[in-house]
Amino acid sequence: MKKIKKIKIKINGSFKSVKDNTNLSVLLKTLKIPLKKVAIELNQEILDKKKLNKQILKNNDKIEIVHFIGGG
Amino acid sequence: MVSLKKDKFIIAGRNFKSRLIVGTGKYKSMSQCAKAVKLSGASIVTVAVRRVNIADKKKALLMDYIDPKKVTYLPNTAGCFNSKDALRTLRLAREIGGWKLVKLEVLGDKKNLFPEMIETLKSTEILSREGFNVMVYCSDDPLMAKRLENAGACAIMPLAAPIGSGLGIQNYTNIKIIRRQTKLPLIIDAGLGQASDATIAMELGCDGVLVNTAIAKAKKPFDMALAFKNAVIAGRQSYQSGRIKKNLMGSASSPLKGII
Repeated sequence: MKKIKKIKIKINGSFKSVKDNTNLSVLLKTLKIPLKKVAIELNQEILDKKKLNKQILKNNDKIEIVHFIGGG
Repeated sequence: MVSLKKDKFIIAGRNFKSRLIVGTGKYKSMSQCAKAVKLSGASIVTVAVRRVNIADKKKALLMDYIDPKKVTYLPNTAGCFNSKDALRTLRLAREIGGWKLVKLEVLGDKKNLFPEMIETLKSTEILSREGFNVMVYCSDDPLMAKRLENAGACAIMPLAAPIGSGLGIQNYTNIKIIRRQTKLPLIIDAGLGQASDATIAMELGCDGVLVNTAIAKAKKPFDMALAFKNAVIAGRQSYQSGRIKKNLMGSASSPLKGII
């Protein structure tokens, strides 16, 4: 049986192991992220939320997903 | 009589109904925050940009409690101590839903939370060039306020006192000087402790006030939200009504003619 290759990424400061060639759009759906209410950064570059399905994750990618919370 | 309806509060070309801006931090719960915001009558609320909690998918979101279509969200850069972080935060905020009206706040000291004005000025210039409408938290220095205006700020927001201190306005003279020199919206941001502080700010000629801790941490936040709402209206009306001159001696209110 062929072994599925995995890569290590970092999301919001925590390491996560995902399948190689994972598309960011799929990952965010799995994590149930409400796309309309967040902004996403990949390796410190802000991503266009409409083009997430074209973003294939690589080993050591750093993803930041932010939203609005209460603040003064 | 000065009609409040005709008295426009315009920031970056948009007219806002209320001159009271409230922060959404430090509340016991989101529902408490939402109710206080409603009672305050605020048209603008400040919000912070932070990481989504990936582990807790059921955690409530601020947008579920305060509808950004009904109340204008003003993303801030609270917690940023340099221009780089502030710019990154506001660019992300814009990406969430197209927010261009933002509050820039670059802090310089973790204890007194005073603004780092060199970094603030630098950030104002860059953000304005990028098309942001930048409301700027700043020191109460009239010279620096002028430089921010020249750098493209859409509102000048000097502190009354350190953030969350509740000390009220410490430097009336500087606020009056800034009022006299700028036609931009002048909003007192930070340091107010009670409703009368907001009235004083408005009577000094400020266009609005921004309050968070004084409402969120009051014993009765809902009552305090209402008190601030009324205080801002009272202060504005008082300012526009033209106060009497101060006199050293007394002046009787009852006529002396016909005295028995």
